[in-house]
Amino acid sequence: MNTSSSNLKKIVIEPVTRVEGHGKVTILLDENNKVHRTLLHVVEFRGFERFIIGRPYWEIPVLVQRLCGICPVSHHLAAAKAMDVIVGGEKLTPTAEKMRRLMHYGQMFQSHSLHFFHLCSPDLLFGFDADPAIRNVIGVAQKFPELAVQGVMMRKYGQEVILRTAGKKIHGTGAIPGGINKNLTIEERDYLLKDIDQMVEWAQSALKIAKDYSVENLEKVIPFGSFESNHLSLIREDGAMDLYHGNLRAIDAQGNKIFDQVDYQNYLDYINEEVRDYSYMKFPFIKFLGPQDGWYRVGPLARVNTADFIDTPLAEAARKEFMAVTDGKPNNLTLAYHWARMIENLHSIEEIKILLDDPDLQGNALVVKGERRDEGVGLIEAPRGTLFHHYKVDENDQITMANLIVSTTNNNEPMNRAVQKVALDHISGVPEITEGLLNHVEVAIRAYDPCLSCATHAMGQMPLEISIVDCEGRLIDRKSKR
Amino acid sequence: MEKPRIATASLAGCFGCHMSLLDIDDRILKLIELVEFDKSPVDDIKNFTGRCAIGLIEGGCCNEENVHVLKDFRKNCDILVSVGECAIMGGLPALRNGIPLKECLETAYINGTGVYNPSGRIPNSEDIPLLLNKVYPCHEIVKVDYFLPGCPPPADTIWEACVALLTNKPLDLPYELIKYD
Ligand code: SF4
Repeated sequence: MNTSSSNLKKIVIEPVTRVEGHGKVTILLDENNKVHRTLLHVVEFRGFERFIIGRPYWEIPVLVQRLCGICPVSHHLAAAKAMDVIVGGEKLTPTAEKMRRLMHYGQMFQSHSLHFFHLCSPDLLFGFDADPAIRNVIGVAQKFPELAVQGVMMRKYGQEVILRTAGKKIHGTGAIPGGINKNLTIEERDYLLKDIDQMVEWAQSALKIAKDYSVENLEKVIPFGSFESNHLSLIREDGAMDLYHGNLRAIDAQGNKIFDQVDYQNYLDYINEEVRDYSYMKFPFIKFLGPQDGWYRVGPLARVNTADFIDTPLAEAARKEFMAVTDGKPNNLTLAYHWARMIENLHSIEEIKILLDDPDLQGNALVVKGERRDEGVGLIEAPRGTLFHHYKVDENDQITMANLIVSTTNNNEPMNRAVQKVALDHISGVPEITEGLLNHVEVAIRAYDPCLSCATHAMGQMPLEISIVDCEGRLIDRKSKR
Repeated sequence: MEKPRIATASLAGCFGCHMSLLDIDDRILKLIELVEFDKSPVDDIKNFTGRCAIGLIEGGCCNEENVHVLKDFRKNCDILVSVGECAIMGGLPALRNGIPLKECLETAYINGTGVYNPSGRIPNSEDIPLLLNKVYPCHEIVKVDYFLPGCPPPADTIWEACVALLTNKPLDLPYELIKYD
């Protein structure tokens, strides 16, 4: 990193403490405490793309989900979709497709609920600057016990859906190349139907909290970590939001289409990843726009922006309200992610309700196979955004190439921009950097629900430590957040 | 009487073991009554605030920081438990142990499909930690007192184990909780 200018100071923010760090932030300040440059580093490297080479292809859907225990279903399904192509079974039976969709919406519901209630609600309920002693999920449990229980029970419901479709709450085995290994029994269906109306109601009240917060604090929400960007997601053929399957659509900040209905088997013609020195996480971009201009956002905000409509009534009404704030143009506000996320949460539970009433789930045709291929791409809209899995397989059924672009990686540049914006607006030129100001940086990162903060994004606030060192590395000041 | 303290950490794991802990659902409210959480992603505590009765470790060690945090846990916890395959055996990340690290890095950052890297360099700055040559299970770095197998161990297993340790009772798990896929 360039720290050559002798009068720059460096601030290090370790979202997850230095020793557990999956990610951290450094901020370079000049002698007047003006922000010079900010960087978000991802400090994890595991090498999946190399070490799965040589494994048999049917192992991959259960193997690669160990990338992430927070949304394992997304990796499980993206890999299974790629393997569908390998076995020539991408036209699934209705039972298989609907079981997988049910699993996926269950995953979306548990992950979005977890993120909103356990992680973000403390900031929204108590304020970014609130006393950190109460600004956490235990504080929420004490002050708003009903809400906390609601969050726990919504997550639990999503996990129960996953258990009954994948066989296990975490790292299940439900999806196999060309289909699924079980259907939904009547007993399982009835168990899930028992609480469904309660869940729809709670999803609506969670949406209302997110919406009211955004509307009531619009002045704060508009500038906070915000910037214009392109947006990318899968989209159904008729332009509807589709979290499980579709073609790629990218739009610019004004809503003009960059490309549309691209078959994702050809994603490599459109998306590349740039490597930078300071992070193990790469920087994806739209190829023909180049790394400078081609970066984009993914996730709930991008999906609500790219969709022409949502195919379930309650979520569609919510989408219209959301889009009205920006007169139908894409919304480019970082904090609007929360509102968009709760729209998707409602959509997911509506979809679950529709699916549970579908007798296809009790069908017995589970697997299809066709012409064997040696290459397959599987994409899915994971809770945090578009997830890419791409594999090549040889005649011995062994993997010879793997390329994974995970959701959080797609949001790498946007998260860096959000950090930069917040640092410029809230930290630049401030004589003393307080805990509350540090939390502002976290709030911006947290809006994207990144998996780099795995350790914390599950349950509470990210522990933070900031060290201010001069250019020779001497410690000037240190603050840590308890 | 002061409540016993419990600490948790995620090293080179996928966070699935912590998620499984969360899957005790509403019993988490009971757990908060039984114990006080010290250093953990559950809360904001970055450094140990006192001696802990139990330390739960998810994940093995893949970089220098993992080693550092694991030693810190050993120093501050009476009982250290390796939770899940990654902590016990290195788990899936240890699949890289049979492959030179350089090859793993080159696949990810230089030769990989769709990689744009005109400089041809592998990420390397003072701000990212050094990787270890291999992924190590926790008991090869420090003494570990108990092991809870599973990927992840079921929520009920974690719950029963914590209750047994906290109440000093023997752990008696039914067959379903020690059967693995
Ligand atoms: S043991 Fe399994 S669930 Fe636990 S961290 Fe490792 S891969 Fe994740």
